[in-house]
Amino acid sequence: MGIGTSILLKMNAEKVLDTLGIEAEVEAADIGVAKGFGRIADIMLTSQDLAEEIGDVPAKVVVINNFFDLEEIKNKLDNAINN
Amino acid sequence: MATTNLADKLDDLGIVVGAKAANWQEAITFAGDALVRSGITTDQYTGEMIDAVTRLGPYIVIAPGIALAHSRPSPAVLRSGLSWVQLATPVEFGNPKNDPVSLIIGLAATDHEGHLAIMSALAAVLMNEVTMLKLRAAKNTEEVRALLN
Repeated sequence: MGIGTSILLKMNAEKVLDTLGIEAEVEAADIGVAKGFGRIADIMLTSQDLAEEIGDVPAKVVVINNFFDLEEIKNKLDNAINN
Repeated sequence: MATTNLADKLDDLGIVVGAKAANWQEAITFAGDALVRSGITTDQYTGEMIDAVTRLGPYIVIAPGIALAHSRPSPAVLRSGLSWVQLATPVEFGNPKNDPVSLIIGLAATDHEGHLAIMSALAAVLMNEVTMLKLRAAKNTEEVRALLN
């Protein structure tokens, strides 16, 4: 639906990438365009429900439970980037 | 970029404390009603917010206890803004990680930029532990408004 929650996640993902010293292009997308992005992105961050909606895409889909938890985002991003 | 003051975006009518919702649809309806009272949306938007969760699941419960009800920009949105509803008793949304919800925020934007400014201000508040503790203890709308300033 609306893009609201993904903007939150994008903001915090950018904060985390900053602390990790990683340069990346981060885009917020609502579910309508997310599948399309899934074809060109390396990594997609999303919630459990929307991960199921997105289904199979080339991008690595990473589920974030708490959009405010920078530790969680950092650990999962780190993992996705290095594996 | 000028910082958005959250309290500016929140009509007095948009803040509710001690709301009693029997289920998640009612909780979203409270948030939607507050948006309507503030002249931010029409009634239709409330239905759109509920539809989103019905179709996609409780993805709006983005952190423990906090739900961000919203839908995409549509004619049902009259201006960008939000509503703030603190529930008297927490409500299950069916989100195993982050249930139950005690704070539901209604979010409406007329365009992408509108979302961005509000989300930045909102994130700053929601991620501030001290502010959140005080907000949970707030007994009326004046206290909430003062804390969001």
